[in-house]
Parts: sequence; C-alpha cells; structure tokens
Amino acid sequence: MAKDKAPAIQVKSYASHHVITQPNPLKKVLRRADEKDLDDPIARAEAALAGLSGEFKSWMDTEADRLSKGYANVLRTNFDDDACEEMFRAAHDIKGDAATFGYPAAAEVADSLCRIIEHAPDLDKVPAELFEHHVNAIQAIVHDHTKYHSPTVAAELSRRLRRVADDYLIQVNRNRPEHLEAILAPSLVPSDQP
Amino acid sequence: MYRIDFNKLRFLVCDDNPHMRRILRTLLHSFGAREVNEAEDGATALEMYTHFSPDIVITDWAMPIFDGLELAQMIRQPEAKGNPYAPIIMLTGHSEKRRVTVARDAGVTEFLAKPISAKGLYQRILNVVANPRPFIKTKTYFGPDRRRNTNTAYIGPERRVGGEAEIFQQPSLLDKARSAV
Repeated sequence: MAKDKAPAIQVKSYASHHVITQPNPLKKVLRRADEKDLDDPIARAEAALAGLSGEFKSWMDTEADRLSKGYANVLRTNFDDDACEEMFRAAHDIKGDAATFGYPAAAEVADSLCRIIEHAPDLDKVPAELFEHHVNAIQAIVHDHTKYHSPTVAAELSRRLRRVADDYLIQVNRNRPEHLEAILAPSLVPSDQP
Repeated sequence: MYRIDFNKLRFLVCDDNPHMRRILRTLLHSFGAREVNEAEDGATALEMYTHFSPDIVITDWAMPIFDGLELAQMIRQPEAKGNPYAPIIMLTGHSEKRRVTVARDAGVTEFLAKPISAKGLYQRILNVVANPRPFIKTKTYFGPDRRRNTNTAYIGPERRVGGEAEIFQQPSLLDKARSAV
C-alpha cells in the first residue's frame, strides 16, 4: 500500500505509560462513496464463498479423517504430548471451519472435544468412550451427511455429547476452580455468522 | 459511507489450515485485495512480516512451531526491526472470554471468532483502517489502547497514572522499518 512517507509519531509520556499516536497510515485507502454506489464488497465475497462450496464436502472429509488419524496416533503413542497437541489442532480446526463448510453440528461436537482436551487434568484417564464417541460422531455427521443433516438429529447428538463431556469435566475439575470457571463460562464472542 | 481501496492494501494471512487460507484468500480477493501473502505457521509469518511489511495481519491462534499469540507478541516489539504498529486481526476458533483477554494483552487489534463470515471480516478490516487506536507503552504492555471507551473514572487494576504529559515527536518507526527492507 501506501508507500508514501509515513508521518511522524507523537509520544505523550505520563508517569506510568506512554501514549503513542500517529496520523492514520492507512487513511489513503479510505474513500467516501456515493450513496448511489451499488458496489457491495460483502455480497461479492459471499458469492465467491458460495462458489467454493462445491469443495466443502471433500475438505470436511479431509478434516474428519485428520482427526481420526490424530486420535489413533494418540492411542498408539500412549498420549504423547505432540500427538495430543495435533489431535487438539485437528478438533479445533473442525470447531472453527465446519460451520462454514455446512456442518454446524460437527463444529459443536468438535468444540466439546476441544474442551475435554483443554480441561481434563489427565488425558490418559479420560474414559476412552468419551473420545471415541466424539470422533465417531464427527465422522458420522460428515460421511453420512444426509442422515445427520437433519437439524434435530445432529443437534441432539451434539447436545448429548456436550452434556456428557461437561458432566465429566465438572466432576474431574471440582478442585481446580480456574478450569471450572472456564468450563461453566458462556462464550463471550458473538458469532458474526448470519 | 466509506469504502476501502483494498487493491492498495497488503495482507499477511497466517493459518496452518490450507482450507481456511483458501477461504481467506477468496474473501480478500473478492473485496478487491491483490497482495495477499500466506504463511502456514508463526515463524514463517514473522519472516514474511519483516520482508513484506504488510499493512494488515490476519492470523489464526492455534498453529505449530509458534502460534498466533506469539506472532502478535513478536510483532509488538517496540525496538524490533519491523513495523510494530501494523493492525493484527486474530481469527480463531477460540471464543472464551479469557482467550479474548489474553489476545488483547498480546497486542491484538481485533478479534474475530470463527466461523468466519464475509461481513465479520470486512467489518474488522474497516475498523482497523478507519478507526486506529493510539498505542500504549507501559512496563508490561505495548500495543493498541486496550480501552475501547473514554471512561476516565476507571479504578480497576493496572490503571494508568496521569499527571502532566511530556510531548515529543520522533521519526516514524514505520519509515525506519520500510527503509530497512
């Protein structure tokens, strides 16, 4: 962008801090648009995103398989830290991406799995079924999309898993108030998803 | 009503997930951006940051090698060679209050929780372009002003001590950074 010479920075020094201001270096990329300007960059971007949607199924397959492989690796390495970290990243990616790809229920289940990995004091003591149910549910939602696309079935599945996971986390964190607080706290950030 | 000339902006996108990078690239190009550089981990992003001097950084949090939080902390080094003032938008699946606070304290400018939307991304970019906040430097923090309102009666922890301000001008670090590239 603006390869123009940036203006000088002003520093106000106080007893405990400095306040640093500079004229907005990005001001030159802003322009006033006429009210009649029909250009809508957001609509354009949404249309472009919709144009990618034909690839979402295959992307979601990849993400779900990555999680399954990650979990298999966790078991194979007897809960090695790196393997757990990779499984967390795979679940976390699904939590963040699946709704965009049209699989909101998978995102909910992945969120529940992330909470288990983040807040269980000892991952190797988590009942194996708890992990397996989450990983298998995501696989089912993704690979049997038609069946689980029904909002009621998928939502009920994710709700039940979340309840079981939360019950477990509350139980094992009863003497860890900082984790308990995080488990019980609602999400602060509202989604921008329409 | 304001519009952004995206074709004049340089972006650095950092996300280890190739699908999310593709989505971000698609959205930014649809907005009109031409220069979108991509990194798949924090270390590569930091190298690209120094090399390309992007105007806006969009980063994921959870990544291998070093994550988006560490990337923000590395960029927000007042004595660093690169520009420490570039807006950083953290785009992440984390949405818990404590995470938002940690990101804010690392010097992140805007926080955008996934799932991503065109509208959410556009609004964050518009905000950092049109409404930049002053930077604050204390013993423990360097980054955009963490106060979003002008309440001077704040009495909580880490309140700033006022007094008379000593004002001086200094050469732009942005100039210094760009001339070093």
